[in-house]
Amino acid sequence: MAISESETFMIQATGLTHYYGPQPAIEDVNFGVKKGEILGFLGPNGAGKTTTMRILTGFMPPTEGKVTLSGFDVVEQSLEARRRVGYLPETVPLHTEMTVTSYLKYMGSLRGMRSKRTNQRIGEVIDLCRLGDYRKTIIGKLSKGFRQRVGIAQAILHEPEVLVMDEPTIGIDPIQVVETRRLIQDLGKEQTVVLSSHILPEVSMLCERVMIIHQGKIVAEDTPTNLAERLQGVERLQVEIGGPASEVLPVLRNIEGVIEANHRAQQGREVYSIRVREGKDLRDDISRAVISNGWSLLSMQMMGMSLEEIFLRLTTEEEL
Amino acid sequence: MRTIQAVTWKEIQVYFSNPMAYIVGLIFLAVTGFFFVINFGEPFPEASLTDFYQGATIILIFLAPALTMRLLAEEQKLGTIELLLTSPVRDWEVIAGKYLASLVFYLAMLAMTSYYVILMFIFSDPDPGPIYSGYLGLVLYGAAALSIGILTSTLTSNQIVAFVVSAGILMLLYFADTGSGVVGGIWSTFVNEIGMRSHFNDFDRGVIDTKHIIYFLSVITVFLFLSIRALESRRWR
Repeated sequence: MAISESETFMIQATGLTHYYGPQPAIEDVNFGVKKGEILGFLGPNGAGKTTTMRILTGFMPPTEGKVTLSGFDVVEQSLEARRRVGYLPETVPLHTEMTVTSYLKYMGSLRGMRSKRTNQRIGEVIDLCRLGDYRKTIIGKLSKGFRQRVGIAQAILHEPEVLVMDEPTIGIDPIQVVETRRLIQDLGKEQTVVLSSHILPEVSMLCERVMIIHQGKIVAEDTPTNLAERLQGVERLQVEIGGPASEVLPVLRNIEGVIEANHRAQQGREVYSIRVREGKDLRDDISRAVISNGWSLLSMQMMGMSLEEIFLRLTTEEEL
Repeated sequence: MRTIQAVTWKEIQVYFSNPMAYIVGLIFLAVTGFFFVINFGEPFPEASLTDFYQGATIILIFLAPALTMRLLAEEQKLGTIELLLTSPVRDWEVIAGKYLASLVFYLAMLAMTSYYVILMFIFSDPDPGPIYSGYLGLVLYGAAALSIGILTSTLTSNQIVAFVVSAGILMLLYFADTGSGVVGGIWSTFVNEIGMRSHFNDFDRGVIDTKHIIYFLSVITVFLFLSIRALESRRWR
């Protein structure tokens, strides 16, 4: 990537790899986030989202690779980079014995903010996250949704250039989910936001660009609309047919909607894999064609594309 | 500097809003108070704080770890360490801030024992020298004990483990000199020299020897240094 190009990127990650044990949690992850962009990481649990976020925020260094944040290397110039990040970790860890205000004061002073500015910002973020009635409440007594708001409040307290949010709507009730998303959208107008989620509609709603991460690798990167199209585009069927392959194949290929049909013998079984267009269900047509030719239909199975397989593990519908 | 202050101030607030610290303070006063009056019943009690000092060093084997066990272990357990270590705070500042907080609480606890001294001066005529040197010794001894507690708290997310391990290390160090006869030659000297009690006892006798001061400062330095390294290594695990 050209140097001039890198200047426009707020976050630039190249070749990120991280090992916890012998297996890589993430492998060769590359991405760039432009200023003011909302980037979503979408993937099932254990895909490597949290690992990526932890590297971005400087919590742990990658085994290999490099991340710069506003031009500062998160490992080499960690302190400078960390000054510019607001972070909402997945479980929203908070000091449960402190009150909301004293906790926010503490977080402000940790970030080296002057107390006058801290106090002013505390007022602002409390309004923004609608915590007004809970200033003096002990955090341990707040519900999950309100703790989430406190987590967001501390993340934006120091007006960071980059906001990193790991599963920002997990485990809170639907009304609060809607509120939290609205808040993220508002924040995204001015700040660069990176968030992760395993909920497809959420990412589509919030993000301008989505990266699908699976088993530690980026498997797709696109706008939410394009991704949705690509997903619906192609389906694959695996069919076992008792009949001569040389005759079966042309018949299968003639069925309308079939893009491609291939044959392979598997332990003496005749297996055909068929690619089908536009999410059409061709199982009916295929079985008719097979039967009418006097062959036997032994099995038929819908096979997802790799991208779909990942999506199957994602929550595609909102739980209400 | 401001970040150290932030960490220290937060921990002090937590100490004073938590029953644990009050219990530790209460036990400390109860036990040291008991040792203070222990020889009052004798026909010719000595006007010194020796028994108080001895009692304090023993009970601190348990109370110092109780003060420090939460400091880093809880952050690791709750996951708040993630927000602490992603804040623009250096690892040594985290350790320094936490350590200072425990030191401040310990000094406050120690200050409350000053009424023993006042009583002693009202009702008798003690030799002031050993009283001052004894307090200096207690400050150094306690500071060293707390640094050991900080290390074990950094190494685990389990407060009980942090407590037991540091109390164990403290007790071994406390009685180390007793075991010097078991090994021979240079090892005997070594075991004798690392013993905490033997270094403390001169303070109790009214002797301020730089050798002992350097000993306690070295213990503090070594354990705080190890704590910083342990915290750093957390990032690589």
